[in-house]
Amino acid sequence: MSTSVLAVEGGEGFVSPGPSTFVYPPIFGEGTFLTKPMLIVILGSALIAVLMFLATRRASVVPSKGQFVGESLYGFVRNSIALDAIGKPGMKYVPYLATVFFFLATMNIAGIVPLVQFPATSRIAFPLILAVISCVIFNAIGIKRHGLGGYFKDMMFPPGIPWPVYILLAPIEFVSTIIIRPLTLTLRLTFNMFAGHLVLVLFILGGEYLIFEYSGVVGIAAGTVAILGSLILTAFEGFVQLLQAYVFTLLSALYIGGALADEH
Amino acid sequence: MNGEINGSLNMIGYGLAAIGPGIGIGLIFAAYISGVARQPEARGVLQSIAILGFALAEALAIIGIGLAFALN
Repeated sequence: MSTSVLAVEGGEGFVSPGPSTFVYPPIFGEGTFLTKPMLIVILGSALIAVLMFLATRRASVVPSKGQFVGESLYGFVRNSIALDAIGKPGMKYVPYLATVFFFLATMNIAGIVPLVQFPATSRIAFPLILAVISCVIFNAIGIKRHGLGGYFKDMMFPPGIPWPVYILLAPIEFVSTIIIRPLTLTLRLTFNMFAGHLVLVLFILGGEYLIFEYSGVVGIAAGTVAILGSLILTAFEGFVQLLQAYVFTLLSALYIGGALADEH
Repeated sequence: MNGEINGSLNMIGYGLAAIGPGIGIGLIFAAYISGVARQPEARGVLQSIAILGFALAEALAIIGIGLAFALN
């Protein structure tokens, strides 16, 4: 079957969305720099700041509703990420982990918020910077804990292995810690958001094309199914977006925990 | 039927590449479920390990989709 089966007589045919979906021109015309993803990041960060400020403004022993929600979210990061992955010393790093989690969750969820509907984290720059920050932090913690030589010795020469293996193992361990870890953090988050957004756009544009351009009984039926499917996929995307924010934070915490541990 | 298929061969490659991580993720969650079924109180510990394994296996599929778009 050819894909052009869907083409209307004399029409252009359906062009499926590609990576160009993610390229936005500057909002205020050529020459300015503010684009939609940047605007989402700025507004989203301001939103978290305001909500957290309101939640903690009049903190009391008997919490108000807002304070309760804010503390539950922070407590989730503290208990099921920092304490689970790092243990007691992890309490020191909860502020960083909570910041990363709230930031990523907001930027990801922007992908299914009506009218916004673009996950800012699907542009690789934002996850990349966060992954580099995480990488610098866990390496700095490790170096501070074990000293420069001790940290790299622990990382590259794990004990209990015959020495010829080190020729192979040491470079692999080094590359995997310094380069592969931030790279996979970045790619995992970016392309999860990228693929999810692309699928949503495909379902919605495809459904719209089937109903309004292809029309006929078949077109309208198939288009309705596609639009309904996009609703289900939106819910699924919301789940994936929260999960990815959690995974990014959990992996950052595990790397910090690994750097703090006495033996790798 | 005499049709033609247009599109990038990259996508077929990506479909094949996604089989491995798919099986891997299935195995990870199968182990997680049977672990919780045997020992329900271990759920909290197993959950973060399962999600960690899921994230690591999924990274392979994600790198695949990145390359499918990047290598044109």
